[in-house]
Amino acid sequence: MEGNEPRRKRNDKALDEDVPMPRQEPEERVKNFDEVALGYTEEMALAEAARCLKCKNPQCQKGCPVEVPIPQFIDMITQGRYDEGIAVIKSKNALPAVCGRVCPQEQQCQMNCVRGKKGDPVNIGRLERFLADWEREHGTKASARPASTGKKVAIIGAGPSGLTAASDLAKLGHEVTLFEALHVAGGVLMYGIPEFRLPKEIVQKEVEYVQSLGVDLRLGNLIGRIHTIPELMEQGYDAIYIGSGAGLPQWTGCPGENLGGIYSANEFLIRVNLMKAYDFPESDTPIRIGKHVVVIGGGNVAMDCARISMRLGAKVCLNYRRSRNELPARREEIENAEEEGLVCNFLNAPVEFFGDEKGWVRTMRCTSMELGEPDDKGRCSVTPIACSDFDVETDTVIVAIGQTPNPIIQRTTDGLKTNPRNGTIIVDEDGRTNLDGVFAGGDVATGAATVISAMGAGKRAARAMHDHLMNGKKGDRE
Amino acid sequence: MYRIVSKERLAHRHTLFKVDAPEIAAKARAGQFLIVISKKGGERVPLSICDHDREKGTISFAFHEVGKTTKELGTFNEGDELFNVTGPLGNPSEIKKFGKVLCVGGSILIAPALLQAKALKEAGNEVVTVLACRSEEFLFKKAEAEKFSDRVYVASDDGTVGEKGLEFLNDLLSKEKFDRCTVIGPVIMMKRVSEITKPFGVPTVVSLTPIMIDGMGMCGVCRVTVGDKMLFGCVDGPEFDGHRTNFDELINRQRSMLPEERLSSLLWEHEHEGRCRCGRK
Repeated sequence: MEGNEPRRKRNDKALDEDVPMPRQEPEERVKNFDEVALGYTEEMALAEAARCLKCKNPQCQKGCPVEVPIPQFIDMITQGRYDEGIAVIKSKNALPAVCGRVCPQEQQCQMNCVRGKKGDPVNIGRLERFLADWEREHGTKASARPASTGKKVAIIGAGPSGLTAASDLAKLGHEVTLFEALHVAGGVLMYGIPEFRLPKEIVQKEVEYVQSLGVDLRLGNLIGRIHTIPELMEQGYDAIYIGSGAGLPQWTGCPGENLGGIYSANEFLIRVNLMKAYDFPESDTPIRIGKHVVVIGGGNVAMDCARISMRLGAKVCLNYRRSRNELPARREEIENAEEEGLVCNFLNAPVEFFGDEKGWVRTMRCTSMELGEPDDKGRCSVTPIACSDFDVETDTVIVAIGQTPNPIIQRTTDGLKTNPRNGTIIVDEDGRTNLDGVFAGGDVATGAATVISAMGAGKRAARAMHDHLMNGKKGDRE
Repeated sequence: MYRIVSKERLAHRHTLFKVDAPEIAAKARAGQFLIVISKKGGERVPLSICDHDREKGTISFAFHEVGKTTKELGTFNEGDELFNVTGPLGNPSEIKKFGKVLCVGGSILIAPALLQAKALKEAGNEVVTVLACRSEEFLFKKAEAEKFSDRVYVASDDGTVGEKGLEFLNDLLSKEKFDRCTVIGPVIMMKRVSEITKPFGVPTVVSLTPIMIDGMGMCGVCRVTVGDKMLFGCVDGPEFDGHRTNFDELINRQRSMLPEERLSSLLWEHEHEGRCRCGRK
């Protein structure tokens, strides 16, 4: 097919709009856990790729935390050279099928797209997904193994950050061991993001790709317990990357929070996504969901919990302490959730939970909040309004107000500098910790953030680790 | 994969596995636990470590076949492989010379209590061990307990063996001074022992391996109120001050998935053992 054909078919006005993503209808998808966004067909991908203006000085690429050569891969699509297109992406990004689905492109590459000034930007994410899915259907090409450097590297945590660092370091010829605490690799991609946004089979295919680069994956290894960081150094690892994420749930601290029926977002997500509780009793791990679920929080995790609850048959409302404008979740996720029937209650916060005679949550007392002045980051403060308490009837509450890093590694690594406020590991811009040869990045260093920012950190750290391994910058830092 | 080196029937539906896991064996200490997944897609079950052999590279754990997953686990035999064993998890017990220690183990958790007794004995303590069980048929490892202890008491709920119930501890504690008490067993038993030791001022440590999923600080299912603090059984524990633990809240939380657990257990029994409680075959 001629690359420019779709461009001729559509007039200028039509080119201002992107090719819509085919999706399952809301009334249908709320009854299943299948993927909501169905992906571009080849025809759609060609039409969308043809919208790329092939700028001399492409801005999109500057917005990508993992430096994907965006114009090149889009150009390959327009030429129908899909295998070369995916190779272009994989030169920088080991997880394109994941990024094409869950990256907030609207705040990154697409935000910079020149087309976006007048209409919709080129939908780079959907094109990336198209190529990744094309490759999966047509067979993944194994990469050539580089010559070994003889250096050994340990990566802790097989989430997006660790997988990225592992693949970059393996491509550079280092011997990489990837330690994962859970019984499957993927981290938040497996336990956190639900099946209908990111099918788990796809995550496992990406993990297999990383393994095909020569990475030795060790499941069920909780570093800090089975081996500590100093012990890994003694075992002969020349450098270590800590990408253990932010897995420790935060709580509201309100009285009654330990009643039955109150879940942390993590518990809820682990049961449903990782352990497939939505298939219970076909699967072994159960989940108890009531008729009226309240999700506390306003981020993507809160949206995921709400959308899962609706699929499990509950009526769901989301209680967020600020207003709609401040919702940290992606716009697309909020729209998806509301289409599926989510009711949002803004400007209120929980103060106490009350249970029935069996110790199960029955009522959540809330107080109304009002917005104050924006702070230096532009985020409005909120303050409770006096004597504004009201009660919400509920039988299931999901607390989705954020996560902090798991403290096990920090507690078992003498001298590792951490932020006393939230337990994050202190690193420089390239992920160096204060310990020689020990690097960290992703949520464990930043606190809970996005998949792609964790991948970007893994990429930068891999570069710095390579430098450390090859140029032996031992002793540079105290 | 983790190969089962030996399988031992301790009592009816009480089973002990010794598993080949050299890396875990090298680090395992008394008081720690494992997460065991029998097959792909199976539940993550937290089980206390009962023994470790660093030379042979094996670890042991015991379980009561009470739910679907543990019943299924009970069908595994010597030579079979387990899908995943993660560990050691949790903080090890505080083992040092305290003086005279009362070491109480209950039900299937008698098995890990003996590892604690052994470690405490090796640290130079005078160890008095209490084996608490439902009835005589559920008593096991008494001879082993006698090896590691200066004295052993047996107690059963129905009085078929040893003392009837745990109330005899009141007499024991009023006659003798203990410097520490460690308890590992059913939550209700740990609660009772803590209530008994409190007026005597014996520092009491309970081991809480309650309902966990990940066992490494992610899910928060194992949260427990100790004093005025919310702590995680897996990361901060599993051992806590028995006099400051809110047992009632814990008992309540342990029940939260009971109907679901019963359902899956009944379905399993129906399918694999050809019986269910409705009376029909």
